[in-house]
Amino acid sequence: MEKPVIATTSLAGCFGCHMSLLDIDERILELIELVDFNKSPINDIKEFTRECDIGLIEGGCCLDENVHVLRDFRSHCRILVSIGECAIMGGLPAMRNGISVRECMEEAYLNGPSVRNYNEGKVLPNDEELPVLLNRVYPCHEVVKIDYFLPGCPPDAELIWKALTALIQNREMDLPYDVFKFD
Amino acid sequence: MAQKITISPVTRVEGHGKVTIHLNDEGEVIQSRLHIVEFRGFERFVQNRPYWEMPVLVQRLCGICPVSHHLAAAKAVDVIVGAGTGDGLTPTAEKIRRLMHYGQILQSHALHFFHLASPDLLFGVDADPARRNVITLARTPEYRELAVQGVMMRKFGQEIIKATAGKKIHGTGAIPGGVNKSLTKEERDVFLKGKDPLNADAMIDWAEAAIALFRDFHKKNRDMVDEFSRFPSNHLSLVGRDGALDLYHGRLRAVDSEGKKILHDIDYQEYLDYIGEEVRSWSYMKFPFLTELGKQDGWYRVGPLARLNTCEHIPTPRAQKAFEEYKSYTDGRPNDMCMHTHWARLIETLFAAESIKLLLEDPDILKDDLVIKGKRQPEGIGLLEAPRGTLFHHYRVNEQDQITMANLIVSTTNNNQPMNEAVEQVARKQMTGQKTITEPMMNAVEMAIRAYDPCLSCATHAIGRMPLEITIYDRLGNLIDRKSR
Repeated sequence: MEKPVIATTSLAGCFGCHMSLLDIDERILELIELVDFNKSPINDIKEFTRECDIGLIEGGCCLDENVHVLRDFRSHCRILVSIGECAIMGGLPAMRNGISVRECMEEAYLNGPSVRNYNEGKVLPNDEELPVLLNRVYPCHEVVKIDYFLPGCPPDAELIWKALTALIQNREMDLPYDVFKFD
Repeated sequence: MAQKITISPVTRVEGHGKVTIHLNDEGEVIQSRLHIVEFRGFERFVQNRPYWEMPVLVQRLCGICPVSHHLAAAKAVDVIVGAGTGDGLTPTAEKIRRLMHYGQILQSHALHFFHLASPDLLFGVDADPARRNVITLARTPEYRELAVQGVMMRKFGQEIIKATAGKKIHGTGAIPGGVNKSLTKEERDVFLKGKDPLNADAMIDWAEAAIALFRDFHKKNRDMVDEFSRFPSNHLSLVGRDGALDLYHGRLRAVDSEGKKILHDIDYQEYLDYIGEEVRSWSYMKFPFLTELGKQDGWYRVGPLARLNTCEHIPTPRAQKAFEEYKSYTDGRPNDMCMHTHWARLIETLFAAESIKLLLEDPDILKDDLVIKGKRQPEGIGLLEAPRGTLFHHYRVNEQDQITMANLIVSTTNNNQPMNEAVEQVARKQMTGQKTITEPMMNAVEMAIRAYDPCLSCATHAIGRMPLEITIYDRLGNLIDRKSR
């Protein structure tokens, strides 16, 4: 039988959820026997080369290109999973919601104590090479349909392992309470 | 024909960084830039939050080395609660924090070496890119042991973090003026005498073996390792007492490319007198510099290479021995060989493993005098040496304990100009006069950036190698060629 195919991405996240996936430790060697990876930061596949069974999404959407990547994942993955607080509810980056983008930029590039004396031209990053910031940070399910949500900041490695292996082996998830951490 | 070349590693296409290179009609590189395309706005949105939230809040910048932010914020907040800087805490609190920090250095450096660098070293930099990753390493019988070592070394570091911070990622151990737990004898004994391979002695041996592996590679590839992306620069880091390597606390020192001190062990509470940042319109990441030397000449490197240039010795015996061999290779002069960063990083890995063992053997980590407080201050600055270099946290608070100003200069920001220099140099060497872009050219640019282990992409490096896309446009912006791998 063909192995299930997994794709992963980090949008406006900190890569902590990907690191928590690595915290399954020795079982990572087991995982690479169970599945194949398609588009993911862990390999060199840039565009989807095939339809995938499971897409794991870390981070919410704070840039226009996060939205493009997320839609691309939805159209190529049978099952889409939001992993961690940022994907589920915007997480910490969403603390900027309610503050204007301009105010955030001015604090970082004009007012900060180590820039204020050295930015004579009042330069703000605005080059065409830079992606555009969205007005606020959006959780993934406000952009596309999400099938499963794994909470935590980051979700416990045990939670990711148990949920992922259940999906891979087409079983019902058995998630004991003690693997849920809402912090 | 004039050309613009864009190199976008996949994960960076998704929002981290990309490289553009402009060629003129003669095929000469006229401009190259590493753009950082992430912006979060931490400086603004943490305002009005209570200061004691900073250690748990700001670490969410980065899930790869959250302990660095956790501890740098805690050190800044120590100053605010009047607990002093760095060595002002109780012996137990300082040693538990150091243990946490060295656990993190160990896991982060191990991740970089075993998961990222070792496939290059073992399969060769010219090997089929599809094979050059840790998955292939793990699937190759003769290297499986090494892949397992990498996984277990990272696990050891993460378990140390969990024991001291409560969680492996985004823990809560450091609090204003101290820590919220010490270790029990049982917790400690696991790390000292744990079932093979989970103990500090195994980590020390593996770190030493990794240095030997690098040196063997160096012997066989001397020209590449010594000359690739090599350029002189200033170097900056904290140094401990007597100029010792210390990654948790010290004074700020910088040396120039000749080894002359240009920043004389200053108290980092005064960093604003010495360091400024420039804003450029094409990157969300700022460009720090030493103000005395100015924007043009004041940039500097941070990280393992810089640290072994600024420090004078390493206070653990096996790492000191490795350091002496390393220094003798350049006759004691500053090392500006980009690929030697791997060597320096492994010496630090050994230092971290030895430091962990010493701390575990120290009875202070079992005691319960955890927190001190003094006279409340309106402002605090916390610095430490994160795996990738010097990290600055600076906060001001009002009477209601709310943050009114937050300033962060993170390690990768300090390396912004050096990474741009590296890209520029490699682009000139590899692409001048070339009409088509080849795999070795892409690989060269990738390697130049990767040597700095930039946090913006180190998760990319976690298991595999950095994917690249290169697009060539003509002067009018029409697509001529696109290559990815």
